[in-house]
Amino acid sequence: MEKILQVKDLNISFHTFSGEVKAIRGISFDLLKGETLAIVGESGSGKSVTTKSIMRLLPEHNSEIKSGEILFEGKDLTKLTDKQMQKIRGKDISMIFQDPMTSLNPTMKIGNQIMEPLIKHQNMSKHTAKERAVELLKLVGIPKPEIRVNQYPHQFSGGMRQRVVIAIALACNPKVLIADEPTTALDVTIQAQILELMKDLQKKIDTSIIFITHDLGVVANVADRVAVMYGGKIVEVGTADEIFYNPQHPYTWGLISSMPDMETDDEELYSIPGTPPDLLDPPKGDAFAPRNPYVLKIDLEQEPPFFKVSDTHYAATWLLHPDAPKVEPPEAVKRRQSQYVGLAGVASGAAKLEKSQTPGMKEGK
Amino acid sequence: MNDKEIIIKKDMFAPAHIDPSKSEKISKPSLNFWQDSWLRVRKNKGAVISLIILGILIIMAFVGPMISPYTYDNQNTKHNNLPPRIQGLENVHWLPFDGTLKRRDGTEYNAYEVRKVDAYYWFGTDNLGRDLFTRTWKGTQVSLFIAFMAALVDMLIGVSYGAVSGYLGGRTDSVMQRIIEVIVGIPNLIIVVLMILILKPGIIPIIIALTITGWTSMARVVRAQVLKYKGQEFVLAAKTLGASDSSIIFKHMIPNMFGIIIINTMFSIPSAIFFEAFLSFIGLGLQEPNASLGTLVNDGFKSMIAFPYQMIIPSIMIALIMICFNLVADGLRDALDPKMRD
Amino acid sequence: MAKREKLLEIKNLKQYFNEGKPNEVKAVDNVSFDIYKGEVMGLVGESGCGKSTTGRTIIRLYDATGGEVLYDGVNVHGKKSKKQLKEFNRKMQMIFQDPYASLNPRLKIADVIAEGIDIHGLAKSKEERMEKVYELLETVGLNKEHANRYPHEFSGGQRQRIGIARALAVQPEFIIADEPISALDVSIQAQVVNLMKKLQKEKGLTYLFIAHDLSMVKYISDRIGVMYFGKMVELAPADELYKNPLHPYTRSLLSAIPAPDPISERTRKRKSYDLASHQYDDNEAIEFREVTPGHFVLCSEKEFIQYKAQSKQ
Repeated sequence: MEKILQVKDLNISFHTFSGEVKAIRGISFDLLKGETLAIVGESGSGKSVTTKSIMRLLPEHNSEIKSGEILFEGKDLTKLTDKQMQKIRGKDISMIFQDPMTSLNPTMKIGNQIMEPLIKHQNMSKHTAKERAVELLKLVGIPKPEIRVNQYPHQFSGGMRQRVVIAIALACNPKVLIADEPTTALDVTIQAQILELMKDLQKKIDTSIIFITHDLGVVANVADRVAVMYGGKIVEVGTADEIFYNPQHPYTWGLISSMPDMETDDEELYSIPGTPPDLLDPPKGDAFAPRNPYVLKIDLEQEPPFFKVSDTHYAATWLLHPDAPKVEPPEAVKRRQSQYVGLAGVASGAAKLEKSQTPGMKEGK
Repeated sequence: MNDKEIIIKKDMFAPAHIDPSKSEKISKPSLNFWQDSWLRVRKNKGAVISLIILGILIIMAFVGPMISPYTYDNQNTKHNNLPPRIQGLENVHWLPFDGTLKRRDGTEYNAYEVRKVDAYYWFGTDNLGRDLFTRTWKGTQVSLFIAFMAALVDMLIGVSYGAVSGYLGGRTDSVMQRIIEVIVGIPNLIIVVLMILILKPGIIPIIIALTITGWTSMARVVRAQVLKYKGQEFVLAAKTLGASDSSIIFKHMIPNMFGIIIINTMFSIPSAIFFEAFLSFIGLGLQEPNASLGTLVNDGFKSMIAFPYQMIIPSIMIALIMICFNLVADGLRDALDPKMRD
Repeated sequence: MAKREKLLEIKNLKQYFNEGKPNEVKAVDNVSFDIYKGEVMGLVGESGCGKSTTGRTIIRLYDATGGEVLYDGVNVHGKKSKKQLKEFNRKMQMIFQDPYASLNPRLKIADVIAEGIDIHGLAKSKEERMEKVYELLETVGLNKEHANRYPHEFSGGQRQRIGIARALAVQPEFIIADEPISALDVSIQAQVVNLMKKLQKEKGLTYLFIAHDLSMVKYISDRIGVMYFGKMVELAPADELYKNPLHPYTRSLLSAIPAPDPISERTRKRKSYDLASHQYDDNEAIEFREVTPGHFVLCSEKEFIQYKAQSKQ
């Protein structure tokens, strides 16, 4: 499978009043053509900063890309000028944001907002652009598009606005769509509709999607592959099945166990103690160590490298080192692992010591 | 992210012990609102320099008349209209303190020598021979006093009115706002002029005149803030705990508005200074021999061509005070505005 | 079923905004249900359904437009003296949604938590006051030294716990939790929910848990009410609601929740809901009827018979 975007060893810091916040501390991942990669993490994990840095939308005055590359179509996006990035934004790489209420310009008609990238990037005439805008509104499921194309954002509901935002993002058939928590602010039923729409459009336009969210249910619904972020680093990456049924990193265990599902009964809900780390002063060793019930002495000394679990599944935890003791994951995770063994025929928990920084993929799912 | 080659020993894989209480620890020092804001203000060089200048001016306003050998109302007609002359600086000819004046044909002459005056007047004298150095600082005292008092009264009336109006809401709020609109609708100047004519010029009447209409903008701003806070969850929480209305306004809402109140007050000071100067200029200011910066400018205006220093010096004072207050208020706004927090 | 004691009876509660005007909003439209002592009652629905408004009307942050809220038999609304209102304040407390707006940024944590103690005079000396504050901080899993800090120094989850401590300070019997975990990260949500469960057992509290995250609501609640556009459409014990949802809106809601389970997600079919699909006649009585013991559904006579038949299977 072709790699459409490659992030290599990215390090980003913010210079604030109190000092340097190391928001991203060396992450690497690939995006394959036609896939949906979900980036999961909580506040402060760095998931939004990562995607904003791909689009070079971080505030100039206090952010700094300290090292690393973002390779897209043979170019390193971190080295491009703003003018060069403008040609890529909206055309090859598009982004949709969380809040549909503020993503649209309240003083511009919907039609004009959709036409803007068409006219700018594809040099369409106003007339052709308007036709295409109506087409796009139809594509995203807005009824009576010929009338609605002349309306203003306040005349649309939250879910409809998000559809319009999707239409604008997909106007130029981008190769990559970055969706930053696009359904977090929406009701459950509307969220379901938007997710269905996005999956449908992805098939039609063959775009690759990076989907950021903290909702594991949404991840299970849309993702082909999942990257779990914590404290500015990726701690585990794999296919959706691998992450949900055979997670290896204690943080992923924590996330999965702390979400009740239909089976959870009166037992106490597993919760990860403490709060995410202060990236002003990242801890030595594994950033998750202070909250990790399975912490080993070495976690406090040195950051774990990625250990290979399968060709598509990597986890950065010392628990996968051959010398590490065998541990029992929480109940909820064990239940899932028993489901997994039958699923892909891969034994759970296998590991090889491999200091691999870029979990690449040789084949698809 | 560097791969430090720490030898990985087998015993490093033993479970470590984490102190759970440490996970809730907060390591940064605790800063309250004032400390936090001061750190921010310090970063704005314009504001800091202005604060220093203002500090100097205020100190001089009290110290100036004390260190001067003359009083502000002592007339000496033989020494009238003398230009500024300072011992020690009188031979530095590019500074204006050498006691020289220009005649109409452009020639310079040393007024002190020509009129055989053996005294030093640091800012010169006015047409009645009163020392302008003393008068200027006295005038600064008075102008600042009027401005501060006016700003203070504005703040007290404005905050109370706005808070009550916003908190009570409904009909009461509507009525109170309409009253403001009526007050704002009548030209400010007419009200002030009428007030002065009725009360006769003097410090207190001028303050009253300034504050009669000046409180409206503060009232509106405070009302807007109160309306915003009324729906905020911490206010609702206080209500469910059983807090009284006054407790909610004074303990919960107003402390959160200190920033806005201070900024508004700061901005109203320069306009009060300017307004007082304006009143003096149209003849409604303080009466002789009292001095304010406005009256000094007014007096100086009359001999602007022949003795420019009489008008320039107080004008510079007014301009300096206004610019500095504006810069400080600007700096405060950036520091105290919660939207701009990192 | 054992005879349980009713703590709250909500009867025909109405909360209309801008009544009579063209922009009238019937936020809570004739809602009736009971809350029993010691139970956790969940209230779910999507934005605009009126669940938050219901909670706030119960605790009298809003005056009800119509209907009654009986707490231990006494109506919370209507003309009350300051003393009577204060009594209700001690018995009923609330935890709010937004951890960043629910604490006064200018007060130290000690003052935030002790506000209720001060208002009701529950401590006789400064020392006693601080003792109680420290005790409460420990109860919610924070440290003594946090008492001197300001809200902005804490994370969302910690602030929410401070909010819980504040509510507990007056020793209430009943706590309304208005979307207490919606604004928190997933791993922190579990912390707060566990804390709430623990407190409930230790102190014998009764909760009204308002949320839109159905899995979390099912986990913590004994019974759940589903609201839609100001009306309660279904009320049943938690397990029963999930195993046997009767009202089409409840079914649509349940079918829309994504589960953290890729296998089931691939096969999940979403049902959509439209009010018009009921095809009610103008004169049909739409009432909240008990289909099976403890399981209530808002339906017409026809639908009632249908649901009864379904449930027998």
